[in-house]
Amino acid sequence: MLGAVHPTIPDSLTFAVSAAVILSGAIGVIVSRNAVHAALSLVATLFGVAVLFIEEQADFLAVVQIIVYAGAIVVLFLFVIMFLGVDRRENVADEPLRGQRPMALLLVAIALGGVVALGVSAHWATGARAVAGSTTAGHHPNVYVLGKSVFTTYLFAFEATAALLVIAVVGAVVLARRPRMDEAAGLTGDEPVADEPDGDPADPVAESGAGDGSPTHEEVSR
Amino acid sequence: MVHAAYLMALLPLAGFAVLVAAGRRLGDPWAGWVGTVAVVGSFVVACIALAGLLSEPASARHFSANYFSWITVGGLQVKVGILLDPLSMTMCMFVTGVSALIHLYSIGYMKGDPEFSKFFIYLNLFVFSMVLLVLANNLLVMFVGWEGVGVCSYWLVSFWHERDSAASAGKKAFIYNRVGDVGFLIALFLIFSKVGSLDLTTIFAHRGALGSAGATAVALLLLLAAAGKSAQIPLFNWLPDAMEGPTPVSALIHAATMVTAGVYLLCRVNSILALSPDAMWVIAIIGGATAFVAATIATSQQDIKKVLVFSTVSQIGYMVLAVGTGAYIAAIFLMVAHAFYKGLLFLGAGSVIHGLHDEQDLKRMGGLARLLPWTYGTFLVGWLAIAGIPPFSGFWAKSDVLANVYQKSPALWALGLVTAILTAYYMTRLFVLAFRGDDRWAAAVDGHRPSDPHESPWVMRAPLVVLAVLAFAGGILDLPWVHRDGFASWLSPVFAHTLYLAHEGAGLQVVLAVIDAVVAVIGVSIAFALWRRSVDKPTLEPAFLQRVWYWDDFYDAVIGRPGQAMARFAATVVDGRIIDGAVNGAAAAVRKGASGVRRFQTGYVRNYALGIALGLAAVIAFVISRVWWS
Amino acid sequence: MSIPGQWYLILAAALFTIGALGLLIRRNVLVMFMCIELMLNAANLSFVTFSRMLGDIGGQVVVFFVLVVAAAEVVVGLGIVVAIFRRRANASADDLHVLKG
Repeated sequence: MLGAVHPTIPDSLTFAVSAAVILSGAIGVIVSRNAVHAALSLVATLFGVAVLFIEEQADFLAVVQIIVYAGAIVVLFLFVIMFLGVDRRENVADEPLRGQRPMALLLVAIALGGVVALGVSAHWATGARAVAGSTTAGHHPNVYVLGKSVFTTYLFAFEATAALLVIAVVGAVVLARRPRMDEAAGLTGDEPVADEPDGDPADPVAESGAGDGSPTHEEVSR
Repeated sequence: MVHAAYLMALLPLAGFAVLVAAGRRLGDPWAGWVGTVAVVGSFVVACIALAGLLSEPASARHFSANYFSWITVGGLQVKVGILLDPLSMTMCMFVTGVSALIHLYSIGYMKGDPEFSKFFIYLNLFVFSMVLLVLANNLLVMFVGWEGVGVCSYWLVSFWHERDSAASAGKKAFIYNRVGDVGFLIALFLIFSKVGSLDLTTIFAHRGALGSAGATAVALLLLLAAAGKSAQIPLFNWLPDAMEGPTPVSALIHAATMVTAGVYLLCRVNSILALSPDAMWVIAIIGGATAFVAATIATSQQDIKKVLVFSTVSQIGYMVLAVGTGAYIAAIFLMVAHAFYKGLLFLGAGSVIHGLHDEQDLKRMGGLARLLPWTYGTFLVGWLAIAGIPPFSGFWAKSDVLANVYQKSPALWALGLVTAILTAYYMTRLFVLAFRGDDRWAAAVDGHRPSDPHESPWVMRAPLVVLAVLAFAGGILDLPWVHRDGFASWLSPVFAHTLYLAHEGAGLQVVLAVIDAVVAVIGVSIAFALWRRSVDKPTLEPAFLQRVWYWDDFYDAVIGRPGQAMARFAATVVDGRIIDGAVNGAAAAVRKGASGVRRFQTGYVRNYALGIALGLAAVIAFVISRVWWS
Repeated sequence: MSIPGQWYLILAAALFTIGALGLLIRRNVLVMFMCIELMLNAANLSFVTFSRMLGDIGGQVVVFFVLVVAAAEVVVGLGIVVAIFRRRANASADDLHVLKG
């Protein structure tokens, strides 16, 4: 709604605090040396974004954001961090690739500057009529409007994403399982791609590191 | 009877085909007999055609027939056909006749050569080309024959091609001929562009379309062609080298027939020549100069064939001089007589060489008169003929030429007279060194005495005898005090409008003839006196003359070396550096470019993400530019 | 009562660029993944903002689907990460450079 010209104080305050949380979380993600700290900073950012969703009357999305993103995805991240070694620290100060940092800073500065310049000077809203349905017509709750749109206008996309989720799950299972002893080594990417510099032998059970929870087929047959 | 005249060309061509197919199987000597029979058949047809022409009245001796259409392209219509008039009939008679005799001779001379049949293949093809050249009724078919004789000459000169000198001589002959051919071709282009046709009759009917500049150009270009083919200045130095070929080749091609083709060409286009008096002067001067220069060179040569070949160049110089004077009939008369006596002389030289087991150096001959009697007798006749001693044919022919030249230009006449003295001198020198004097051939070579020279077999002697008779009696064709009969009246319709006839009184003619005879005798006696006893006279054989007035060296320095330098330049710089550099450079540039671009493939995902960020920045910049400046 | 849309958009742009910067700079694969999530969130924020500015529910529908797809993508991506870096001492993106040209 573009009715009011001046934002109210509560709104501005909410926005300011949320923005601060978001940006500090983001910076925390990119600066933390510990991966777990980075995940927690990500959670902060996600919460900030959810608050802004509510601020913009996208209630359903705010809730889904919390439940799915912060609740499921970040937890998944943490699982994998644990799996691959929780206390490993990356040396952030060092940069082995030449010119990567200056070029990266330059490019993102250009991108940000460009978008900001566009945002300030360009005309965004064209005033076109709503395609998928108005957000406020009929004073229905947001869930109602959103559900109606998803299940009627965008039904095909909805079904497709359902299929996508199934495929993703199956794929994840296939990717992450350990090969059985009678399968040839090197199938399904079980061997690390850049094996040689490390000198790691292709030994199925030599690695004793962070627990592989898969059933020890090999130990039985050994 | 004249309608079968085309057989004169077809019979040698058939002989060529038969020998190509079966020559190797026929072998020595049957392949030679096949070739000889083909050319004898051609001569018989020529005699029949002559009879047919003679039976016509003088004004109607002109037979032309087209056999098939060769080229029809737009305005160019070329039909293959023959033109039989007294001029081409005369040429055919002596071409086929002398060729038949030389074919017979070659059966004996080339006996034992491993490539016996190949020789006759080339000889038959040569006769076909020469007859085609002479009989052609348009310039393009004549050019086909022209080229044919050129290529056969190349093959025959380099017949013993394992010898480097022979192979080079063949190439030299062909290349010099080619230079002349450029003149021929450009003349053809000019004639076609101005007159619109290449047919001889049409050209002569419309020769006015050439204009005087065009006529001069055509005349000079055809002179260049004739100079190439007939070995005149400036294209004569291929002919001495062509002596690398077997002696019958030298006799046939380089004495009797091919080298006369140039003179024939100039006689054929006499009506065009008549349009340009300047060109006629140039022709006369070239002829006279060549005659003189070649005669001086011949006085100092050691090789028997080289003397004879420079003599040929000199005699053809006389013919060209006669053409330049407008005395065409005298030129043809000399051509016929020259074919007889020069052919005889060359075959005799071949007999000597054959008898001495391939010895050609005059200083190592001598005393052959008693060992080779037949050769000696016939050679004597040939010698007297060429020296210009009456009543042999050479005397009548040469005095005919000189009488006409005297009318046109006393200076050229004097030059011709000096050349006549030289001719008598060097021929006598050759005769004395080869046949008289001591038996120098018996001098020990490498410690053992060479075997006695032997006389040639009958296949080689018979042509010598026939030619000797002709060389003696050939003068009967045209005796100067009975102008109106014989040869002159036979040929004059061909040269109807352009003939230059000496209008001197009979008394002046007798005086000139006597001068010619005296001059010949003087030359003969000087040579006899000088060369009878001693053989070694370096002052009479200066290097300047031996080295052909350094003509070859001059061409080598001016044309040969710069040409080689240019070829070297083209090979190393243009081809090696520029073209190869461009091609290899393109490859190298691609390679360097690729290796430069390859550096972007680092394999690091983060670098690739940087590429994405670069694209992002570019897109945003583009959008901004569109928003702000559109 | 409402805040001008431009503020949200600038915030989203800032969030996006921070995410991009992190992706380019960090070497730990999991942190790189989290930066991707930041960028996705920035996009979501922009969509919702536009949905509000234009009064069109379509923006929110897009965010809905983006959430689903992001979830699936994280699942598969982490599966790959696990498969590759299972036995590694340090899960660093810089170790995978065999495709170097």
